This record gives sequence, C-alpha cells and structure tokens, in this order.
Amino acid sequence: MHLPLYLSKVSAGFPSPAEDYLADTLDLSRHLIAHPAATFIIRAKEQSLIGIFDDDILIVDKSIKPICGKIVFVSIEDQFLIKRLHKKLNGKPILQSDYCAAIEVNNEIYILGVVIYVIHPV
Amino acid sequence: MTLFALVDCNNFYVSCERAFNPILEGKPVVVLSNNDGCIISRSAEAKKLGILMGAPFYQCQDFCKKNNVFVFSSNYELYGDMSQRIMTLLRQFCPDIEVYSIDEAFLVLDGFMHQDFSLFLTDIREKIKKFTGIPVSVGLGPTKTLAKAANYLAKNTSGVFDLCDVNQQEKILSEFPIERLWGIGSKLSRRLKKYNIHNAKELRDSHPKMIHRHFGVMTARVIEELKGISCIPLDSIQPRKQIISSRSFGKAVTTLNDLEEAISNYAATAALKLRNQQCVTGAISVFLQTNRYREQDTQYSNSVTFTFPVPTADTSYILHAAKKCIKHLYRKGYRYNKAGLMLLDLTPISIFQFDMLAKSNPQKSELMMETMDKINHFMGKETVFFCAQGIQRPWQAKFEKRTSRYTTRWSELVKVV
Repeated sequence: MHLPLYLSKVSAGFPSPAEDYLADTLDLSRHLIAHPAATFIIRAKEQSLIGIFDDDILIVDKSIKPICGKIVFVSIEDQFLIKRLHKKLNGKPILQSDYCAAIEVNNEIYILGVVIYVIHPV
Repeated sequence: MTLFALVDCNNFYVSCERAFNPILEGKPVVVLSNNDGCIISRSAEAKKLGILMGAPFYQCQDFCKKNNVFVFSSNYELYGDMSQRIMTLLRQFCPDIEVYSIDEAFLVLDGFMHQDFSLFLTDIREKIKKFTGIPVSVGLGPTKTLAKAANYLAKNTSGVFDLCDVNQQEKILSEFPIERLWGIGSKLSRRLKKYNIHNAKELRDSHPKMIHRHFGVMTARVIEELKGISCIPLDSIQPRKQIISSRSFGKAVTTLNDLEEAISNYAATAALKLRNQQCVTGAISVFLQTNRYREQDTQYSNSVTFTFPVPTADTSYILHAAKKCIKHLYRKGYRYNKAGLMLLDLTPISIFQFDMLAKSNPQKSELMMETMDKINHFMGKETVFFCAQGIQRPWQAKFEKRTSRYTTRWSELVKVV
C-alpha cells in the first residue's frame, strides 16, 4: 500500500482546476488485484491456451463467477489445468483448450477460480 | 443488544490441504505436527476410521497405510496465510472481529438491525467457501459462551445455528453436554456431574454462589454467560492447542522500536505459558493492525507465520522470531493499535524428546520411552529436559510430507498445464 501524494502544496490564491485530484504511486498489486483475500497466484507450465506460455504468472480470482468465455483454473484428478469455459449447444458446460480436445464438465472436475491476468516476461 | 457470532473453520489444516488438492475431498486425510510427531488435524472420514486427535503418528502409521489415509506434514506458512484471508473476509461482514485462534474468530455484532440472522450467517459461510475454499461453521448467541455452543451445534447440522431465542435455548441447553461448553473441560465436567450437573441447563440454573465456592470464579462466569450476560473477556480462556498473546495499545503506536518492545513482552508471556504447559512450539504467527474505527487513518492489517526449524520452548529464540516477524510486517506511516502473536503446533516436551531420540530406530521406541521415563524418575525431571534443550543439533524437523507453500513462496506456486 502507498500513501497518497498531493500534487502541490496548498496555497492562497486562485485554485487551478488541474490541482484538485490526488495522484498515487503506481502500485501494481493494488491495480490488478481487486479481492486480495480471494486471489491466488499460479504458474503456467507448457502451452494450453494461445497467449499463455510456459512459466507465465497467472492471477486467479476465486470471487469471480465462472461464466462462458472466462479462462478458468480447474482441477481434474490430480492435475491442475487452465481452460476456457464454454457452453455446448445443448447448454452443458465444457472446458476448451487450444491444443487438445474439449472436456465436458462433470462431478470429478473442480473449477477453482477465474484467471484474470497473465503476466508474461518479454 | 450486542450479539456474538463465532466463525470456526472445519478441520482447518486438512481443509487448507484440500483447498489446493480437491482430490482429497471425501477421503480420509490427516495432518501431522512438527517433526511428523502427532496427528493434529483429521478429516471427517479419518475421524470415522477411529484415528484419534493427538495420537503419535508412529502408532498409527501402518493403520493409515492400510486404510489409504492421506498423510501430510504441517504447512504453517500456508495455514497462516489462509487464516489471514479468512479474517480479512470476516472484517467485511463486521468491522469488530476478535481473532481467537488461527481458525476461529468472534464477530461482535453491535447495532446490527437484523431480525432474521440466518441469511447473514449463511452468507458468511458461503462467501468464505467460495473465496478461499475453506468450509466454516457459524454460531450466533447473545454471549460468547452461547455463540460457542451454537457453533458446536452448527457443526453437526447445516453449518449455521442461531441460539439467540430464549425459548429455543431452554430445550437445547437441556440436551447440551457440559464438557462441550467454553471454559469447561472434561476434568471440570466430571466434578460437576458429581454435583448432579449433567447439561448446560442444569449448570445455568444452579446456584451461582455455590458454584463460585466449589468451582471458582470462571465457572461462575460461565453461568452468567449462559443466562445471556456477557462477562468473560476473550483472553481469559485460551484456545485449545495454541497460545495467544496480544493486546490493543492504549495509544496508537507508530515506530518499529515501540512495536518490537510490545511484541517482546507478548513473546515472553507466551513462552512462559508454553513452559508452564510443558510444551514446545513448532511455529509462530505474528499479526499487526491499525484501528478499524478510525476511518481517517489508512488501514493496514497483516500477519506472517514462521516455522521453527527445530521446535522450541526457549524464550530468546521465540523472542527473536517474534521481533523478526514484526519487523517484516512493519510499514512506516501507519498508526497501529493492535499487535500480537500465536504459538502454534504445541507438543508436550515428553513426546517431542521421544520423537527426536526415536526417529533413528522406531522398533526400539517403546524401550527408549521407558528408559527415558526411568531416568527422569530416578534423577529428577530436569535431567532429560536439559539434555534435549542442549541438543540444538542441525536436526532439521522432518517435513517430508509437507505440501508446497502455494501462497507465500514464488518458487512453490501451483503449476498448471
């Protein structure tokens, strides 16, 4: 956390319209993480979705509702995976990957949270 | 009228392991104390198998293997971090929470205008499960003692229980076992039964002066609390299996120096309690916070958990760890109003010493225990005690079966494919 900084000292005279907001130092974790208590950090291994690479940092928020189109963090048997959540034409939810076949969601699959950011070093 | 809600995590350490390993759901799981000594947490399935709390692991190792019980070493960094998340979420429901132990907190509901609290209690339970994966039970009552009783009932029913209604209390307290009451242990309940007091209602209706004379002021206070009169301060009854030492500051504290001094006092107090209980501690959790009610102050609330490489009862070691933790938590520019520490993973010294000596040769463990007892008996209790304290060898405590510290170490994050 950072304390706010005033842009300029308070002084007598006509106030300028540009001086009436508080700037803050740029705190990345505060900016990215809306619900710290529900947010967990995981690491990608190998490629499973386009744009997410080996060793990328993934920020997972458990407070967000997993809905169609979201990238979700799931547990299937003893593996952790990230997949895109979608609905089949019959309304049943499925987990899509860009590199392998889709999986239908069933009782053995636990959706553990929604991926909200990918941090990829360049 | 002020009400209290007690929120308590179900089988907390096991639940933390399950949150990061869903295949453990529905399976028998246990977590072991420092040095993989004793069972300190069991899943419902493990309880059903008959595995006892506090059982030395070497005694049930084969049983666990035969029954496919999942066994884990304790992972206090993870548990401490998960605890902090839960306490943060609870503060969103009620700004005035009193953290009672690593997995329990009282919400002090002052001025809440709800008539039907059931939705409020269920919301708490559901939000914590959704946001952290940890199942909790919530009990509501006009006093802490009744909230604790309600929590016990919640665990065995739907997960929430409201014990505020006086009429409902009559029936429930008449069936409530006294040894399950806060502040009444099994020893005290055996004595009370001799006086024909078998349940909470009978205790509540007994003569307060008689109880005070024969059982002391604490038990007399339990009677008042059962009647709905709040009179037991939080720090007068220690949680099981932990030692808590903390205080709210009279005046806001802003310097690291003052905080180190305060935490040193709490550490010394806790270490003394530890030695009085003849135990060693395997981990310490330190917390620091600002005054929630001073909205003009920037808010900060944080905690850190440190696992001792070798469990200890040594004041200077505990003090050093506490100061290191508070320094880690300290941020300049905040007005702190409360700090404290918890000593976790308590093991009786006798079991700890036995562990350290027996690890090399489990077959001979019974003989070693007998020999040690004989030495203690013949030469005085301090003999083997000093011996163990002197052996500060680089015997790293065993954590073979510990899961990763998923939420506190960059090198140990969950990896996905």
